[in-house]
Amino acid sequence: MQWHPRLLEAVYERSHWLLRPFRLWMVSGGVVERFFVFFERVFKGVIFDCCQCGQCVLHRAGMTCPMTCPKNMRNGPCGGVTASGNCEIIPETKCVWLQAWERSKEMRVYGDEILGILPPRKGQLDGGSAWINELSGAAGQTPAGWAE
Amino acid sequence: MNVTSRLERVLKSGRFAVTAELNPPDSADPESVYERAIVLAEVCDAINATDASGAHVHMSSVGVCALLTRAGYEPVMQVSCRDRNRIAIQGDLLGAAAMGVRNILCLTGDGVEIGDHPDAKPVFDLDSVTLLKTARSMYEQSRFMSGRKLDVPPRFFLGAAANPFVPPFDFRPHRLAKKVRAGADFIQTQFCFDVPRLQLFTQTARDLGLAEKVFILAGVGPIRSARAGEWMRTNVPGVHIPDAVIARLKGVPADRQAAEGKRLCVDIIQQVREIPGISGVHVMAYRQEELVAEIIHEAGLLPRGGRGRKGREQTRRVGATSLHTR
Repeated sequence: MQWHPRLLEAVYERSHWLLRPFRLWMVSGGVVERFFVFFERVFKGVIFDCCQCGQCVLHRAGMTCPMTCPKNMRNGPCGGVTASGNCEIIPETKCVWLQAWERSKEMRVYGDEILGILPPRKGQLDGGSAWINELSGAAGQTPAGWAE
Repeated sequence: MNVTSRLERVLKSGRFAVTAELNPPDSADPESVYERAIVLAEVCDAINATDASGAHVHMSSVGVCALLTRAGYEPVMQVSCRDRNRIAIQGDLLGAAAMGVRNILCLTGDGVEIGDHPDAKPVFDLDSVTLLKTARSMYEQSRFMSGRKLDVPPRFFLGAAANPFVPPFDFRPHRLAKKVRAGADFIQTQFCFDVPRLQLFTQTARDLGLAEKVFILAGVGPIRSARAGEWMRTNVPGVHIPDAVIARLKGVPADRQAAEGKRLCVDIIQQVREIPGISGVHVMAYRQEELVAEIIHEAGLLPRGGRGRKGREQTRRVGATSLHTR
């Protein structure tokens, strides 16, 4: 499934468009969030091995979850990738970022997003709904100290 | 207190820079740091203090750097994101700056699994790119990552690592670009045993317009024997040794392989010197400081000015002040 990044990015784009009008009802801490968390766990869990970090960056990383990298790298591959393209920590698996890079080349809408710098994870969003956090603006903010 | 980084001055003056790696001791005795530093300081512009490299416990890089600045040496403090979160790292950066550390090398760090404490909790709260960005804004915006103001900002010359020798090769220059955008002033690469690959990497970096924005120091080091080379390439993450290099070592008798490995390193230094966009070398040899000094000497990269207070006192005693040229 993950080898169809173009389909996945289209699903993301369409979901964003569909959910946006309802963003005022999408608040964290209530039954709506529990509903979203459940669906995200089921679908993103199956497809992306999602661990509910609550701040999804799939479309900015070749529709490949960077949280599945043992070092949780959010800005590209570390220097420990083996000659065969495998992970230094789990040598029998492919490097997550190598796959992300290959997939991002196929993506039409968000392909270049992989070149941007992502801020570190916000610990407080752990376990929450990525959709709610994205539409409310809680996720993906630049840290206050980084502002130019 | 030295206001600017000496490494920065050397690189900006256009001189071919030399840095070397000091492997912190498993000891609480400052002398065990100084006896290594005195060998390296004579032959390089700055000494890298590694931060639990290979996820093995050694004296902390903050500790080593504090000892080095106290004696007038120029350290590059390596900071890894594996063991500390953003609170601890920013505190260490301030402490180091107060101790006179100017050069910071921002690293993600090796995984705990390959180290001597494989059951430790890996932190990775930041990664090398977000660490660079954070250190940069402490220095330029005088703010912590949270946005809170610093009373007196640190003055940093920021570095990062690059590994052009492992896949995904076509992503590597873009990752370098991210690091430059995040605030890297200089780059130290992983061990280079494959000069054409480095050439290709610097060429792409130049095409991306990074040449004027960052100084690249090529990582080099000796291989003790053909067997050691084979061990390195299978066991040290990210080290790529082409078959031709192993073959060259195998081509000489076992007792002469160490000398051949050293010559190979000198040859590589001479080759990378010719690559446009390479501003220096970073020499690494695990706990073989004398060997590092010999390599730098044989590569014709002396004299250097980074002698430290201990070295300078010695020079003054013998009256040979001309040795200390810069």
